[in-house]
Amino acid sequence: MTGDGLVGRHVGFVRALREAGLPVSPAEGLDAARALALIDLSERESLRAAYAATLVKRPAHRPGFDMLFDLWFPPVTSALTAAREAGAEEAEPPRPPTGGATGYGLPEHREQLARLLMGDEAAGSMAEFARAMVERYGRQPAAAGRQNWFSYSVLRALSPETLMARILAEALAGRERGGLAERMVRRRVTDNIRRFEEAVAADVRRRIAEDSGVERIARSAVRPPLEQVDFLRITRADLARLRREVYPLARRLATRLVIKHRHGHRGRLDFRRTVRASLGTGGVPLTTHNRPRRPHKPELVILSDTSDSVSSFAHFTLLLTYALREQFSKVRAFGFVDTIDEITRFFVPGADLVEAMTRLTQEADMVRFGRTNYGHAFERFAEKYADAIGPKTSLLILGDARSNYQPPALDTLTALAGRARHAYWLNPEPRPQWDTGDSEATAYGAVVPMYECRNVTQLTAFIEELA
Amino acid sequence: MTTWFASPSDVRERLAAVHYLPDDAIATSVFLAGALGKPLLAEGPAGVGKTQLAKAVAAATGARLVRLQCYEGLDEARALYEWNYKKQLLRIQAGAGESWDETHDDIFTEEFLLERPLLRALRSAEPTVLLIDETDKADVEVEGLLLEILSDFQITIPELGTITAAVRPFVVLTSNATRELSEALKRRCLYLNLVYPTPERERDIVLSQVPGIRADLAEQLARMVATLRGLELKKSPSIAETIDWANTLLALGRDDISEATVADTLGVVLKHASDQARARKELGL
Repeated sequence: MTGDGLVGRHVGFVRALREAGLPVSPAEGLDAARALALIDLSERESLRAAYAATLVKRPAHRPGFDMLFDLWFPPVTSALTAAREAGAEEAEPPRPPTGGATGYGLPEHREQLARLLMGDEAAGSMAEFARAMVERYGRQPAAAGRQNWFSYSVLRALSPETLMARILAEALAGRERGGLAERMVRRRVTDNIRRFEEAVAADVRRRIAEDSGVERIARSAVRPPLEQVDFLRITRADLARLRREVYPLARRLATRLVIKHRHGHRGRLDFRRTVRASLGTGGVPLTTHNRPRRPHKPELVILSDTSDSVSSFAHFTLLLTYALREQFSKVRAFGFVDTIDEITRFFVPGADLVEAMTRLTQEADMVRFGRTNYGHAFERFAEKYADAIGPKTSLLILGDARSNYQPPALDTLTALAGRARHAYWLNPEPRPQWDTGDSEATAYGAVVPMYECRNVTQLTAFIEELA
Repeated sequence: MTTWFASPSDVRERLAAVHYLPDDAIATSVFLAGALGKPLLAEGPAGVGKTQLAKAVAAATGARLVRLQCYEGLDEARALYEWNYKKQLLRIQAGAGESWDETHDDIFTEEFLLERPLLRALRSAEPTVLLIDETDKADVEVEGLLLEILSDFQITIPELGTITAAVRPFVVLTSNATRELSEALKRRCLYLNLVYPTPERERDIVLSQVPGIRADLAEQLARMVATLRGLELKKSPSIAETIDWANTLLALGRDDISEATVADTLGVVLKHASDQARARKELGL
């Protein structure tokens, strides 16, 4: 191990990871330190890989890790770049400095960006170009002697999206438009635009960190890992990743409900076989025979709130429904806003999820006036679909219990829950907000056990508790 | 302790020599697993080369590969060791006149021990790569069994005593992440999250695995597969399927990826009807 500087940086980095919610044990920290002694520290990607291998044990933690790594171990520092550029200019004056204000202007920059977006390997490195562009366009003067850095001003100046038409024309070069080739080019360019935006954002963060300290920016920039992201504040990108997390959870939820069922039953006495066997012992039934246990068939009924106030949660519950549908033979799903409709038909196994979502919003009859009304939804459910709930049914209600001050129809819910084998309510709101405003959480919670379910961690905990 | 690799770039060269093309993360993790003597847990979707990585490490270092395939219901007797009780019974019957002590001392010896993969890897005198495949398929109890072996590289057999590895094996665990492995197990391992390769790397993989394919076709193929992976599919095409696709195109004598070619051969990479329908719709085939 060399010097205090490296050890200090290592310790600070590990502490920042812990603050960002990554569970790094002291033993893992030591492993990382041992790894540092073995690799070539001047190879930045090796260093990143070494830290990742020893400290990051879940894919969900990787984005946060990468962001912190870029802050703690920046690819360049401004002081170093300035020194290097000064040296380069002395050595070979004709070369235009990439960050310079004169000569080399916006059209040239856009030209180079277009080549980078096309994946032209000769056009140089994306990261380097992003750094130069932040230097050129991202600076905004602030209070005396200070400056602010913004990524949107870089992206506005270069506006990578508007380059698409040009790139397409160039890349397809006479081939027919609208076909497979165009789609592939489009996809590649879109991916590269995203990479460019990320590179710009990373460099802006680095510059801010240089001005105001790594710890401060780290705390504000890193999003919590996926399993701790609030369902109500989830972004589209998170949802896509969540989809992959939900499948194993649904499978576990399914097995948990099955196991609970399995323990409850023993085979009944098989009278015929017992009497037959008793003939050998002169009619005395010395050994009894039981009927083989019936194969258990758990049934699941899901009622989910699909209103706008919980739209991202609703999206998640539909995801969960979809995943459960693949696991359970008998799942019936119902969606409601102020009236209720069966939505099982949209989730046939093997159906395409994205398509199911679109059809669901267009075709299902869940909205009357558009304001959530739990009471009415429950009453309509009891009227129309009462047969869905039987003694083998597990009832799962997903929603925030905010009913716009309408009558809650507690009796109906009590009757429904009474007929089901188990009933659970998952509420995406934080517990302190229950019962505020129009929330009926406690009233409903007294009938059906209510669980706070704000993120994947809590959902996992709920599933664990079922066993 | 044996040295497995000298540096990450050494890993890259030697794995490339056995036709496995690692990226930076793979090369560094493999190097560290060897240098720190820790097991390497490779997690990722099916068909990104997790098992292949272990095989490549064995081939590149000339080590013996011992494989333990995990499945539901795997137990100590299948993973670690078992006494050959049939042979023991024979031995007891054969030595009819002996005293109990003699027999007892004799039937619990090497001769009656059935080695299973874990014990075989520990006792091997030559360098060994131990591949514990699909760890997530095994029951949670098996993870407990692995903990002692993976942290100290030793096991205790009551009749024989503690057996410590003469040569530390290079351990690779793989997992498809169908369930979360326990924290205790993850803590003892180096973690490598394998994802689908970049189009550039996939092109190189195709070129090295499919001799006779033209470079530009491989490039188009890799981009096409990357596009397919970008769709929301139930099962994204694996690297192995990309290679199958390359072989198919070669066998059919197609040298360009056109709409017709893709539509004809989509079944090689997409194996769900709904995935195929989706790809046809999104790509306008």
